[in-house]
Amino acid sequence: MFDLVWLLFAFPALGALIILFAGRWMSQKVVGWIASLAVVGSFVVSVLLWLGLLALPAEERSVTVHWWDWITIADFHAPAAVLIDPLSVVMAMVVTGVGALIHIYSIGYMDHEPRYQRYFFYLNFFILAMLTLVMSNNFLGMFVGWEGVGLASFLLIGFWFDKRDDLYGWYADCGKKAFIVNRVGDFGMILAMILVWSTLGTVVFTELNEAAHHLAPATATLICLLLLLGATGKSAQIPLYVWLPDAMAGPTPVSALIHAATMVTAGVYMIIRTNALWHLTVDAGLVTAWIGMLTALLAASIAIVQTDLKKILAYSTVSQLGFMIAAAGLAAYGAALFHLVTHAFFKALLFLAAGSVMHATHGVLDINRLGGLREKMPTTYRTFLVGAAALAGIPLLSGFFSKDAILVVELQKNLALYLVGVVTALLTAIYSFRAVFVTFHGQPRDQHLYDPVHESGPIMTVPLWILAALSIVGGVINLPFVLTLEHWLEPVIGEHEKIPLVLELLGITISIVVAVLGVLTARALYLTQEGWAKQLAQSFAILRRPAENKWWVDEIYDFLIVRPLKGLADWFAGFFDPKVIDGAVNGVGAALNDAGEAVRKLQNGAIPAYALSILVGVVAVLFYFLFFVG
Amino acid sequence: MNSADLQLNLYPVLPELLMVATAAVVMILDIFNRKGKAPTSMFLPWFALVGILVTAAVSIWLIGQPISSFQGMAINDARAQALNLVVLAGAALTVLLSIRYIPNVNRQTGEYYALILLVSTGMMAMGSATDLMALFLALETFSLGLYILAGLSRTDRRSNEAAMKYFLLGAFASAFFVYGAAYVYGATGSTRFDLIANALFDGKADPSLLAIGVTLLIAGFGFKVSLVPFHMWTPDVYQGSPTPVTAFMSVGTKAAAFAAFYRLFAFALPSEQASWGPVLGALAILTMTLGNLAALRQSSLKRLLAYSSIAHAGYILVGLATATSAGIDGALFYLISYAFMNMGAFAVIILLERQGEMDALGNRLNGLARRHPQVAMLMSIFMFSLAGVPPFAGFFGKFFVFAAAVSGGYSWLAAVAMLNSAIGAYYYLRIIVNMYFAEPTEETRIEPQQASIPLAFALGVSAVFTVALGVLPSLWTNLVQSGALNLVAMR
Repeated sequence: MFDLVWLLFAFPALGALIILFAGRWMSQKVVGWIASLAVVGSFVVSVLLWLGLLALPAEERSVTVHWWDWITIADFHAPAAVLIDPLSVVMAMVVTGVGALIHIYSIGYMDHEPRYQRYFFYLNFFILAMLTLVMSNNFLGMFVGWEGVGLASFLLIGFWFDKRDDLYGWYADCGKKAFIVNRVGDFGMILAMILVWSTLGTVVFTELNEAAHHLAPATATLICLLLLLGATGKSAQIPLYVWLPDAMAGPTPVSALIHAATMVTAGVYMIIRTNALWHLTVDAGLVTAWIGMLTALLAASIAIVQTDLKKILAYSTVSQLGFMIAAAGLAAYGAALFHLVTHAFFKALLFLAAGSVMHATHGVLDINRLGGLREKMPTTYRTFLVGAAALAGIPLLSGFFSKDAILVVELQKNLALYLVGVVTALLTAIYSFRAVFVTFHGQPRDQHLYDPVHESGPIMTVPLWILAALSIVGGVINLPFVLTLEHWLEPVIGEHEKIPLVLELLGITISIVVAVLGVLTARALYLTQEGWAKQLAQSFAILRRPAENKWWVDEIYDFLIVRPLKGLADWFAGFFDPKVIDGAVNGVGAALNDAGEAVRKLQNGAIPAYALSILVGVVAVLFYFLFFVG
Repeated sequence: MNSADLQLNLYPVLPELLMVATAAVVMILDIFNRKGKAPTSMFLPWFALVGILVTAAVSIWLIGQPISSFQGMAINDARAQALNLVVLAGAALTVLLSIRYIPNVNRQTGEYYALILLVSTGMMAMGSATDLMALFLALETFSLGLYILAGLSRTDRRSNEAAMKYFLLGAFASAFFVYGAAYVYGATGSTRFDLIANALFDGKADPSLLAIGVTLLIAGFGFKVSLVPFHMWTPDVYQGSPTPVTAFMSVGTKAAAFAAFYRLFAFALPSEQASWGPVLGALAILTMTLGNLAALRQSSLKRLLAYSSIAHAGYILVGLATATSAGIDGALFYLISYAFMNMGAFAVIILLERQGEMDALGNRLNGLARRHPQVAMLMSIFMFSLAGVPPFAGFFGKFFVFAAAVSGGYSWLAAVAMLNSAIGAYYYLRIIVNMYFAEPTEETRIEPQQASIPLAFALGVSAVFTVALGVLPSLWTNLVQSGALNLVAMR
């Protein structure tokens, strides 16, 4: 059964190859369905793998399938092998399941796209890379996937590289920004990998878990902080989150798949996967938790004043990723993965619903020009509402349980973190319902835009319904006290830490109050526009301008990092390279060329000269042997 | 292994026997082909090819069954089989390149294919010989065949010149070799590698006789693999020979001679490593540097590849100078990579040759990417690989060899070798630059009569292996490393 794991990779690989080589003779529909069926195939395989694991007793649920020795250099071994365990199987099911829905949705969404072959090729390639990331049994293989998804992300953000507008500038530049910012994180990953290998002598996760306790705590802290740097890049945390809002330049299904549901969670996955290292260091975990929660708060504060629907969702993603990273930092791996899964459902749903709006308005997503759309797009409205409710943490929806699981851990371990978390949760409820009310309720603000709007076809709405259903019931995988997912993950992350009943109940109560309060505030602010709400808004007016300007983080980075680097680069390009380097290189080159000419002339074509050369060689070697070795 | 046993075990020479049998059948079939018109002429190369592939399969089957035979004169270990595979890969690709090419050069195609098979046999025997006499027999077997092949184009003056030069200087070098073997025998009392090694360990050898002998052996081998200063024949012979023969020579000769080189030095003379190691290192430096410098200014593509081949001999020698098993395995990896990337490069040269010319000028590549993007892409793969750029096979070849030098205490050698790779990159990358950025000229065209399906197939196979060995070097290293274990078992 587990030998079939190669099929998991073979389907998207085959899909990508078919589209690459034969796609030009196929219509958009055919290409789209080939790509989608490939991912559906992978999804079926990952479910089979899950069933296979279920059939095993808990302590045997870690199966390595070794394909071949990929790199063997002296003591360094990196196999091409996959690790099938509870964690990787959950990730594979999320990636391929949500991925398949988004592929199908894309068939409808990208129906007017002339470069559809390229689009679906990239999408299948992404799935392949993401599966490599989550299934590989060693750091290096994971890093291949890590870079592969980065490449796919870059290509898809800049998919309309020839387009520019006021919101994003050149779309190609958004892709570049994502790629370059992620390089900083990758640098941390590479250093961490090198450190792991040089201290533990292995990059294979299972061996690493066994050897980890030999590490000095200081080394473990350093490794974990470097890993954290990697996670802040890929999972968009302070200080590297700035690329994700700009990544919304890509097609909306891409935002849903890569920049909400799957790739950006890679950092969370990586921390869970390396939890043996994190157990050795409390400091790194605390730093991680604080980075996560501060990111969550900062991003939520920006999301609340954004006017572009996708940007709201983007900052919301940054914020929710902050929750997951914080949970992972507090060693609440089960809660982190739980939120990762439910977030994949409801955030993918929100993006796809936003995409449905965008499809109908021909690209307009400025909420100040929308309004009243629920009449014309009932399905999109309902599904978006479900997603927003899950995001806001409305009780009994999936997002409520998963966010509450994280907040309860914070309540138990660190009250300051918990307070940040509660404030963020309140902001989350407000901005998600702000998006609902302004976009779908009230009167249309732009009649021209409004009149031709129509609901999307079934190829787009069916995935919306499925994701909506998952967003509603997704919580059952890890209900409080039952903790199915936590127990399932035990072979990977160890026993679940017991939380006192009082704390658990207190946390749930506060979560409910916060969510309801947030929705009511949003309603008062944006729907009924009551007086008290306006006053409330007034009293926070001082924070409004900084938030609208995204706290000037981009400008600060520009001033502190980008400009000095550009200046340095200009100096290198304008002076150092042409004068110093080229001068030296050209000098050496000219000298070598002259030497080459001289050598060429030695070759005169005469046999006696050639024989003489042999003789000279013999005499020289003999001379050495007799007089220097003797 | 008991040397006194009279063994007659044919396993070690089974691949060679198969090749000889194929050659014999090819020659017999050729009798019905007196005028080059009978249907058998169409079918001969394919028959030869099947023989080569069957032999390759047998070689792979023989891996992991170390056997010594003929009173210790030949050995069958994984390295011998690996060398067989390098030679057979070269021979198979040569046959594919020849199918369209050779009939235009010489009507006697049956003779040609029989010679290719027999030359391969000699080369393969080099890799399994563990006795100086057996080694000399193998050396002469393939050398004599190559002299004839070099002069295959009887009406072409340069081909005649090439054959004559190669023969005269080759005879000179062979004399050195035999003389050297005689001195080593005089010093140690044996021609068998293991007995020579024993005599040296026991300190029974006469040092000055041994020094003369080893020097002359180095000269003999140095000639075959084109080490500076024994290399002077190489550009002239490479340029004058028919191009498929040149390709075969560059790959097969180098592989065979290096294999024998390592057997002699690592099996027979391991105790003297401290004295011959630096000599080989110095020769490697001379060879790389001179080869690369001379290649910088060549306008003929075949001469360029000739000097490039000299430079590569220098890199490979870096692996042998340390005499560690990592270095030897690295050199073997280098040889198999070189076989594919160099064969591919020669195949592209054939495409650019005009009727009856047997060479091509470098400026014919200018702007090739615009006229023939597929060919330009393949050529780029070969050039990147020759330059040692990852992820192509040539990168790992250099990596293994240089890494072995560093860990074997020859860091200075590795440093010089890396500097040399930088010089080499210049002329390989210049070809790519010219193909993609220069304007196409009148000269930029592929001769339709040179293009054929077998040649395209050879190009494809070379490119696939050049990439595959770069991405998955373990495909090959696993094969060879099982051989290293056997070597230990033999000792």
